[in-house]
Order: sequence, then C-alpha cells, then structure tokens
Amino acid sequence: MSDLALSIRGLRKAYASGTEALKAVDLDIRHGEIFALLGPNGAGKTTLISIVCGLVTATEGTVLVDGKHWRDDYRHARTRIGLVPQELNTDQFEPVWNTVAFSRELFGKPKDDARVEEILRSLTLWDKRKNIIKDLSGGMKRRVMIAKALAHEPDILFLDEPTAGVDVELRKEMWALVRTLRERGVTIILTTHYIEEAEEMADRVGVINRGELILVENKTTLMKKLGRKELHLQLTEPMAQVPPGLADWGLKLDGDGSQLTYVFDGTAERTGIPTLLSALRDQGISFKDLDTKSSSLEDIFVGLIHAGNGASK
Amino acid sequence: MNLRGAWAIYKFEMHRFRRTLWTGLAVPVITTSLYFIVFGSAIGSRMTEIGGVPYGAFIVPGLMMLSLFTESIFNASFGIHMPRFTGTIYEILSAPLSAFETVLGYVGAAATKAMTVALVIFITAHLFVPLTVLHPFLAFAYLALVALTFCMFGFIIGIWAKGFEQLQVIPLLVVTPLTFLGGAFYSIDMLPPAWRQITLFNPVVYLINGFRWTFFGTADVAFGTALAATVGFAGVCLLGIWWIFRTGYRLKA
Repeated sequence: MSDLALSIRGLRKAYASGTEALKAVDLDIRHGEIFALLGPNGAGKTTLISIVCGLVTATEGTVLVDGKHWRDDYRHARTRIGLVPQELNTDQFEPVWNTVAFSRELFGKPKDDARVEEILRSLTLWDKRKNIIKDLSGGMKRRVMIAKALAHEPDILFLDEPTAGVDVELRKEMWALVRTLRERGVTIILTTHYIEEAEEMADRVGVINRGELILVENKTTLMKKLGRKELHLQLTEPMAQVPPGLADWGLKLDGDGSQLTYVFDGTAERTGIPTLLSALRDQGISFKDLDTKSSSLEDIFVGLIHAGNGASK
Repeated sequence: MNLRGAWAIYKFEMHRFRRTLWTGLAVPVITTSLYFIVFGSAIGSRMTEIGGVPYGAFIVPGLMMLSLFTESIFNASFGIHMPRFTGTIYEILSAPLSAFETVLGYVGAAATKAMTVALVIFITAHLFVPLTVLHPFLAFAYLALVALTFCMFGFIIGIWAKGFEQLQVIPLLVVTPLTFLGGAFYSIDMLPPAWRQITLFNPVVYLINGFRWTFFGTADVAFGTALAATVGFAGVCLLGIWWIFRTGYRLKA
C-alpha cells in the first residue's frame, strides 16, 4: 500500500473550446484525511475530480491511486473510488433500493442485501427504500447519490459540493456523515465554496483558482492565520510617515495618512495594544476613533484569489 | 472482467423494458395483424406465390426484419442516450467497466428485446399463415447476428444524437425506406431490370434475403453473399464503437 491515497502530478486540462481549466496541478492526498478543495465557481474543482474519476480526459499529467496509474490500472482505481457528483443525476423512475443495489453490481461487487441495508440505514433512507426517486425531496435525493457512491465500499470518496443547496440541518447531518466515514478509514476529498465547511470538516485545505492550486495547508495552520486581528486607528491629524518611535509595532499607514493599522495575534496573551496606545500618547498623536477586525479564512481566501487574478492579468 | 457490471446494465435495461412490456408487445402484434390484413388478404389474394412460396408466408421474414431493425435501433439508441441526457452516464464512466462490458450490457439487452419482438411477430404470423422454417437454428442465429449488428448501430446513433429528435432521424429517414424498398414485401425479381440493379446497392436487400433463405431455402441473393454483407456491416459498427470509446467522442470532455 502506497503512503498516498492519491498522487496527482502535472495534471492539465484544455477543453476543446480552448479554455484551460487546469494548469499543471500537483496534489497529494494522504490516506484517511479529509481534504477540502476550496474555490469559486469555474475554478477547476469539478474538472479535477472528473479527471480522477474518468469522466474527463486529461490533456497532460498523471494520477496515481494508491500508487497505481489511474488509466493503465483503471479497474483498480475505479473500484477504490466513489463519486458523488454535484448535480442530482439519478434514474428518476427507479426505487431507491434498486438504484443503490445497481451501483454496487455495476462496480463489480457481489449482491449483498445486508450491506445495502446498512448503507441505507446509515443515511436514514431505509424507510424510503421502496420510494421512486423522483418523489423524494432534494435532500433525500442527495442522500441517494451518496448511498450509490458508497454501495461498492470505496475507500476514497469524492464529494463535489455536497452541501450546495442543502438546508442547515441537512448540512450538519452531512458533516456528521463525513466524520463517520473518516472514522471507518475512508479518505474524503470534498469541494466547496463555503469556507465554513472547510473549517468545520477538513484536515487540510487546498485553494484553487483559475485552474491553479494556489495554496495547500493544514487547517490548523490556516486557523492560526485566522487568529490574526487588525487594529485601525483613525487619526485626528494625517501624518506623512510612521514616526520612528513606533517602529516596534510594524505599523502601516494608509488612507492618505489618516489611518494607522496594527496587525496582532488575537489569541496571544499579550497583544501589544496597551503599550502601543501609551506610546502614541507619549508621541502626542491623537485619534478620533478605533476599531478591531478579525481576519477570517474568507479574507485570506479572497486575498489569495485577488492576488492570483492580479498576477495573471 | 467485470461481467457483473455488464450484467447489472443488462438487468437495468431489461427492467426498463418490462415497465412497458404490454405496449411493447401489443404494438408488434397489432402491426403484424394489420400487415396481414392489408398485404396478406387484400394484395396476397392476387399474388398467390413468389418463387414457389405463398405470398402470406413470403412476407413474414421481411416483416420480422423490419421490426428487428427499428426495435434494435430504437432500444439501443434510447438506452445509451437516456443516461447521457439525464447525466447518470457519470456512473457508467466512473465504474470499473471496459468498453466491451459496457456495450455488452446495453447492446445485449436491446438485442434481447428486439429478438423477442421478432419472435412475437413470428408467432402472430403463424395465426394467419401456415409456416415451416427450413433451417430453424440458422434462422435464429442469423436473427441474433442482425439484432446485435443493428443494436450496435443504434448504440452509435444514441452517442451521436444531440437530442431525442435526432434519435428518430436515421430510423425514419434511412432504415424504414430502405427496408420497404429492400424487398420486404416483394421479390426484387419482380422489378424492372434497371430498378433491380439499383436495388442491389441497398444493403437491406441482403439482410432480408439472407433471413428469407433460412426460411424457404430460396431467395433473391445467395445466402453466403447475404451473410458476408451482414458480417461486414457488423464489422463497421464494431469499428465505430471502438473509435467512440477510444476518443471519448460525446462521452468524455
């Protein structure tokens, strides 16, 4: 068994229309982790998943699934991977039980009613097993999609926007389900554009924009960055530059010299704010207003994406 | 081999047919009866025999072939077009299935349905005319070969079609006219010489006459020629399917 569940190297996709959806992406996914792929619409998240799962042909690059090439050894790769696509694409006229049992056999697993029952029960679909799919609510349909993906007992699961258009309650249930799967040792790769979802569930987060993976980091590292806060001081008198006596704080001057910004660690014991304020008084600098602001993962995310867009223009 | 996967597709398709079982079987019974009333009774009473075969019996292989073509193309093209249309194709593409296994599932099911309809027509025809089949095993094997060939052709159409209207185009504009003009209801010997020469370019002539030969031991075309033409068309369809899966044409972006 390879150390990595997935090893993606130089994966590139240029569609026939000329759109370059992925630009040489490298990404490693470890066994048993929950990896969140974060990015705006059209960033390349679904293209990446689709290439790994065999729905889209890569222009260049390779994917190793548990150390084996995903095209040369496609049976191995596909038996181990389960995919829950973004759209609710199911056979509308089939009963729930049939469609899940079908998925299991399609992937080459022997018929196993006990296993299908277990999956349906774990997704609270058991009572609906005889219902025709088109009569189910959107949330229930989403569960059916997950049940289908789990029917062949994959150990790598792709969830493409699992909570898009899902109400708060179901979203929480979905998160709980993902955790249960992880406890069973399933590696999970999910895409989302909800940052809170990545914060809530992921072990690691990757940010993708315009086909480029611009950041891959442990969530805890990101959370430390999250702890960063900013103090803004609106000055009574604008100044041309930060006085040398305040150099220790690394202040930034903006807004035509009328605003001082101090970045500090909000989780730290000593923030440096009281000393800064007394130093300002000593220097005779007065201010009319002050506020503090937390920088969220969202800020980091938006910042990254804007930086990326700026660079590519 | 993931034969279980192919079997899953086969069962899924057969289940789809079972949902419309009664209409699916009533239609061929009624059309066959209509053909017999119109062609058998009205025209047949003036035609008596063609090449030593009573007219009523003569048209049976042609009728079976006509339905076999349309059923094969319709079922196979719809079978693969539907998942493309609804998006459920994602599951087929992401499953550990080879192209052969996928095609085996879809084409196998469509061919089973088409052959069932052809056999229902045969039984219905029996009620109208006395029929003995000279080479029953060969007839069945030939029926299966043509069904598989046209189901592969249908599979290609189902992949090619951009919408449900296009699914109808080839069967209605090409196959039905070629069948009617291909000697389903008459012997091409009855045509003026010039027309006869033109008709020999119609591939359906070979298919119908090959099948007719297995019934009566006589036909407008030698059985060997007919078989070669059928195998040739099967080969072309196989090549088309191979190309589709190799390039991912209209299956993968």
